[in-house]
Amino acid sequence: MFTKIIRQPIWREIIIVAGLALLLATVIPQLLYAIGQGFRVGLLGRFMALGIAALGIDLIWGYTGMLSLGHGIFFALGGYAFAMFLLLQLPAGKLPEFFSLNGVTELPWFWQPFASLPFTLLAVILIPSLVAAIVGYFVFRNRIRGVYFSILTQAALIVFYNLFNSQQKWINGTNGLKTDSAMFFGKVVSSIEVQWLFYLCSLFGLVGAYGICRWLTNGRFGRLLMAIRDDEPRVRFSGYDPTGFKVFVLAVSAALAGIAGALFTVQSGIITPNAMDISFSIEMIIWVAVGGRGTLVGAIIGALLVNFGKSILSEQFPAFWLFFQGAMFLVVVAAVPDGLVGWLRRTGQEIQQRGKSRSATFPQVDLDENLQSEKIHPSGK
Amino acid sequence: MDRILNIQELTVSFDGFKALNDLNFSLDRGELRVVIGPNGAGKTTFLDVITGKVKPTRGFVQFKDRNLRNLSEDQISRMGIGRKFQTPRIYQKLTVRQNIELAVNPHKSLFGTLLGKKSPTSQRQVADLLGVVGLEPKADITAELLSHGEKQRLEIGMLVAQSPELLLVDEPVAGLTDEETEEVGQLLLNLSADHSIIVIEHDMEFVRQLSAGLGSQQNRVTVLHEGHVLCEGSMAEVQKDPQVIAVYLGSEEQH
Repeated sequence: MFTKIIRQPIWREIIIVAGLALLLATVIPQLLYAIGQGFRVGLLGRFMALGIAALGIDLIWGYTGMLSLGHGIFFALGGYAFAMFLLLQLPAGKLPEFFSLNGVTELPWFWQPFASLPFTLLAVILIPSLVAAIVGYFVFRNRIRGVYFSILTQAALIVFYNLFNSQQKWINGTNGLKTDSAMFFGKVVSSIEVQWLFYLCSLFGLVGAYGICRWLTNGRFGRLLMAIRDDEPRVRFSGYDPTGFKVFVLAVSAALAGIAGALFTVQSGIITPNAMDISFSIEMIIWVAVGGRGTLVGAIIGALLVNFGKSILSEQFPAFWLFFQGAMFLVVVAAVPDGLVGWLRRTGQEIQQRGKSRSATFPQVDLDENLQSEKIHPSGK
Repeated sequence: MDRILNIQELTVSFDGFKALNDLNFSLDRGELRVVIGPNGAGKTTFLDVITGKVKPTRGFVQFKDRNLRNLSEDQISRMGIGRKFQTPRIYQKLTVRQNIELAVNPHKSLFGTLLGKKSPTSQRQVADLLGVVGLEPKADITAELLSHGEKQRLEIGMLVAQSPELLLVDEPVAGLTDEETEEVGQLLLNLSADHSIIVIEHDMEFVRQLSAGLGSQQNRVTVLHEGHVLCEGSMAEVQKDPQVIAVYLGSEEQH
């Protein structure tokens, strides 16, 4: 029975993913602590959160061909929502400190529901996806595509960046929201227990996000996304209206960025408008490009690899990380345009095919008299 | 016989240039019509207007007695008009089978596509179509690996998969070998048994093949010139028409 299950690719994949998740939840953190690299567990948790955002980028860019340079917006929206929830876990009548410093004496109405955990969890998912859906609807209905879409997302990013920076009173402007000393179910957020909880949340979030993306990209729906990527006008003539599909996928992708933002914020202790820095949104693209766009595993590997590379290299050569990152992007674009996973897959297939053709065709060609005589004929002339 | 397509006084102008100029055209249900014309006669614009890609400046297009003016390309496609482009437009990264599956899919809405199950009927339809266009052995390779002729046939297959009532086919044999041209011609003749078809064509040999295959009573050819209909009739009549010889056939024979 078990061997029968394991032969089905879907079950094999589920078992592999579950096994990896189990390792990441148990052995790997222990191992890191054992070799005195305990702080890397925290980093791993943060980077797994970024992996969730990378999956979202891959969904819209790798599969659907929409290059968004503004995913920092959704990341920040998720981050701010969850940070405010943590800051609001105070005794009744008290307000987070920055409000009183800015002369606000009563909690603004729009922040009031964020004292509730279920509402905040919903908001982390729904606010980014609603913003994405509304913007996406108008953009895609007017058939704005390609470079124009990318420019538009970057412009939106700048608008949001300036908006958040200027709202000193309501969201503490440039300083952002600090979550380290806030309380979560009676424990300080920066304590080991709470951080371990968020590590596990990031891990399960990543697995869940992978599952959803796998489901979306696997069947007919995923193939339609690729069809939109490769020839959108043709999709219309096949009787599909691409607008709805693109809005939906952008909204899912924004929700993933929102979740990533929330999980990343609570593990790094702060969210500021810098999450909407142009370079951060472009970094998300780099993760996916390096790992391999159009492959979900590639997006995750890219996010982990680039970010660990960043943290290790910037420890050694603090001034040079940006050069490394730029060089890496150039190398990937020029030499392995399909990214690491795409490159590995292709080489694997080539090796497999080479093996096959050796055993199957060459002897047959050698034995085929017609082909042999054809070969001899021209030289015989 | 009832009319499937009725076009009246159709004018399309781009910045003052009239790509179509007061064009009148109608097609009976079940007819296969060949539209010929020299370069720049407005043949492709003609298809663009029918499929909703370009909106008419004046005049109207009626399909099954319904004005298409305010409908988008996908709505028109779902009403039953399928279009094949001049250069094959297929989804390169998908397999041949997946290409046809997307076209067959009866639920073209977002959630229909996401949640709808593959029905046995549509799977049978896919298998049949692979047979009709002769791509069964290549069903599971990516479409980018097909030859030009196979891509042309695949696109015709995708077109038929939408089960349209009217097929619009734009220069289906451009760049094909003689043998492939024969095959595509035969395919179109087979399809004409239960579809209305408009073929835009440049290749006179191919037009003669189609006319010969259809028999005498049904072979009508429309000649477009400078955005309007120059003349209409059987292949034999059209070839004798002095106007046509002057603008098109004559100039071709000089080569």
